[in-house]
Amino acid sequence: MIHRSFILDTLVDVIVRTALVFSLFLLFSGHNSPGGGFVAGLVFGIALILKYVAGGIERMQEILPMSAETMLASGLSLSILTGIAGWLWGEAFLESTYIEVDLPLLGALKASSTLPFDIGVFAIVIGLVAALVVAFGTGEDVK
Amino acid sequence: MISVLLFCALVAAVCGALGRRLGTRVFLLGALAPAAMIAWLGATRSGGEDVVTEVLSWLPVLGLDLDFRLDGLGSLMTALIGGIGFMIFVYAWRYFAPRPDLGRFAAYLVTFAASMFGLVVANNFLLLFIFWELTSITSYLLIGFDDESAAARTGALQALLVTGLGGLAMLGGIVLMAQAGGTYSLSELLADPPTETTALAGLALVLLGAFTKSAQFPFHFWLPGAMSAPTPVSAYLHSATMVKAGIYLIARLAPVYALLVAWWRPTLVVVGLLTMLVGGWRALTQRDLKLLLAQGTVSQLGFIVVLVGVGIPELTFAGVAMILAHAVFKAALFMVAGIVDHQAHTRDIRRLNGLGTIMPATLAVAIVATFSMMGVPGLLGFVSKEAAFEGLVHERLGWATLGVVAGSALTVAYGLRFLSGGFMGKPESQTDQPGDVLISPPRPTFLIAPIVLVVVTVVAGLAPALVDDMVVSAAGSVDPVATQYHLAAWHGFGVPLGLSALAIAAGWMVWRWPLQGLRRITSRAPDATHVYASTLAGINRFADRVTAVVQGGSLPVYLGVIMVVTVTAPGILIVRNWLPPPAFTFAESPVQAVTAALVVVAALAAIAASRRLAAVLFLGAVGYGVAVLFVIQGAPDLALTQLLIETLVLTLFILVLRVLPRRFEVVQSRIRRVVRIAISLGVGVFAGAFALMAAAGRQAPSLADEYLSRAEPEGGGTNVVNVILTDFRALDTLGEITVLAVVAMGVMALLMGRHRPGGGDVGDDVDGLVEGDRRLDR
Repeated sequence: MIHRSFILDTLVDVIVRTALVFSLFLLFSGHNSPGGGFVAGLVFGIALILKYVAGGIERMQEILPMSAETMLASGLSLSILTGIAGWLWGEAFLESTYIEVDLPLLGALKASSTLPFDIGVFAIVIGLVAALVVAFGTGEDVK
Repeated sequence: MISVLLFCALVAAVCGALGRRLGTRVFLLGALAPAAMIAWLGATRSGGEDVVTEVLSWLPVLGLDLDFRLDGLGSLMTALIGGIGFMIFVYAWRYFAPRPDLGRFAAYLVTFAASMFGLVVANNFLLLFIFWELTSITSYLLIGFDDESAAARTGALQALLVTGLGGLAMLGGIVLMAQAGGTYSLSELLADPPTETTALAGLALVLLGAFTKSAQFPFHFWLPGAMSAPTPVSAYLHSATMVKAGIYLIARLAPVYALLVAWWRPTLVVVGLLTMLVGGWRALTQRDLKLLLAQGTVSQLGFIVVLVGVGIPELTFAGVAMILAHAVFKAALFMVAGIVDHQAHTRDIRRLNGLGTIMPATLAVAIVATFSMMGVPGLLGFVSKEAAFEGLVHERLGWATLGVVAGSALTVAYGLRFLSGGFMGKPESQTDQPGDVLISPPRPTFLIAPIVLVVVTVVAGLAPALVDDMVVSAAGSVDPVATQYHLAAWHGFGVPLGLSALAIAAGWMVWRWPLQGLRRITSRAPDATHVYASTLAGINRFADRVTAVVQGGSLPVYLGVIMVVTVTAPGILIVRNWLPPPAFTFAESPVQAVTAALVVVAALAAIAASRRLAAVLFLGAVGYGVAVLFVIQGAPDLALTQLLIETLVLTLFILVLRVLPRRFEVVQSRIRRVVRIAISLGVGVFAGAFALMAAAGRQAPSLADEYLSRAEPEGGGTNVVNVILTDFRALDTLGEITVLAVVAMGVMALLMGRHRPGGGDVGDDVDGLVEGDRRLDR
């Protein structure tokens, strides 16, 4: 049985929303400023833990797009596929390329093939945290 | 060749995906794979070239390239893999009752066909090994397809262990031979064979692998065990193709090494003959039609090993012809056994009666295929056996000839046993017993595949010229001298025909007068299966004992061992090569000094804390302090990561602490306390010394500048840390995230078990953890 606190709930909701946006920011800005898939995944993971502390596993799963296992599997697949994609251009495994596009309003935009790889890392870190919380947190729920 | 392999992989994937929807028709889809092999082979051979090669660099550092080479022998084997494979798929379409997992089965079967094809066209020795192992693995999956049957699981494991261990020996042998010969290319190795001692040791190991794969004595026992596989698997893998892999390799090596190595010929002939006789004799005592055929296959494989093993052109030629003939008639026989099983629901010859009158077409197929196996004139089996006898007589191999004739007599005897046991007798007895179902003849489409194979046997037996080209070019590709021989439907009256007649007559006599006394004696002889079983049991007992000693279950002991090893092994090196740190600065700024002091205080507090929660919180403080130090040093990425990790670890710690006692228990024993303090101090001193020495120990110039200068132009990013992680050293990252994913899965599997009904013993592990901690306190 979980004793839920209204204040904690509301606060956590606000923090979690911010954390998720921050996490995505870290993920996409990682190539040029501090951040990257690993750190972004950790921020997302902490948001998961906050949700768990506030309301248990079920609340945590509200912000988890898929189950931990699926998260791990799709993240790893994405990273490996990004590596294989290098072969299609006749390059080595995991060889990266990037393109620069000038968009009307946003200005110069750089898209690197390391981004999908980093998204894979991101997904795996989230999956790992979710898996740990589910594994250690199920059963003996907060009393 | 690569395109054929890729196409097969695609077919396998589609079969796996569509299996549920297509039902048994998935096999018609799977048949596309062998059909593609045949089409490709036809197109390639019509090009007129003797040898077709295709090379793609893969791992040049290891000498491992995608080096494919199709020659005569490869073509013959591909024809078998594709041709018989196609028939097997058509047969499986009718053999199986619809079930949801047939897609998986079809996918395995296609994967096997592709691996086998890769094996016979691989020209790189390591590549050949990879395909070799793939056939072992797919064979394991196919034998164990019925995974709820204990017999299927045991048979699959036995086959995998025997062929897998042989494969391991072979890998060692391949490396030895290639190191001695200076190349992994099979064609180059055979053109200039290495003969120093290491190369010959390698050769012996390769031969060992070939023997296990081709079920040669004393490794023959796995083949009958593999008979718990569905019949299409037995017909395809365990008679027509996979068990020929060893023979294929021997056929390649023999013409070269038979003359160079003194022990080669005696070994091959003795092992082959023993296998032929043991298999033939065992076949005579089998009551299960499939086991009878399996022992017969062992015997025939022994025969072929003798022929291709001696490395004499005429016998190599006969052996290659025998590979073809055996594949065709034995696949048909297995299919017949499968049809009998399918219609009569038993393969026990004591319960089968008078099937001949119920299913005359099946009987006709069985008779032709068996007669081909026994060497009755007019059939392909006779043509190849005559070629063998003629070669043996020409070469005056007296006692080998004698052994082969004796083995052939046994072949005739168990052939007759198969026919009479399976089909003869009076049909009415089956309806006498209550509960027996009326046996109906098989559907015509069920018979297509064996009928086609039997037609091949007859046509090629009457007009061997049709297959002569293929056999001559196959034999010629391993031994150019062998091209002067040709298949003949009739060799005229002579010694070989006399030997054939002698074998048939003797075989008929053995079948009529079953030599009861001799049987009783041999039934007491040690059985290889028992040796295997007791070896396995012994290994398991040994492993249990070792585990009991090494894995006592006490967490403190494990941790202690890990720490002591960490400290002593690299610690000795540090003490021996101590380098004083260069210019030592106590602190670069007051902020740094204060933060460091706080870290030290927190660490001391963690030691002094008597409550677990307090200790964990102090540890967290240490971590946050280090993060602040990173910030001061201007490493935002590191600091961010450190902060987040620290937060996560802290929360996870708290989740675990809920199941642990609140306070650390006080260690009563003085000795234990001293040991623990000593270990802790040791680890601390070691870590400090290591950090100091690492700063002083740089020997190569730092890579940092290199990374910094190349990050923007090559990686397209200004955050060097991230560019290193996702680009420069992305392979390392890939390895790390793979570990993460595996760990996450493992944690879930271990800890979630305790919430599943009946998963109690897994959950006990957590209690065991707590238990271990208490044990430490005692």
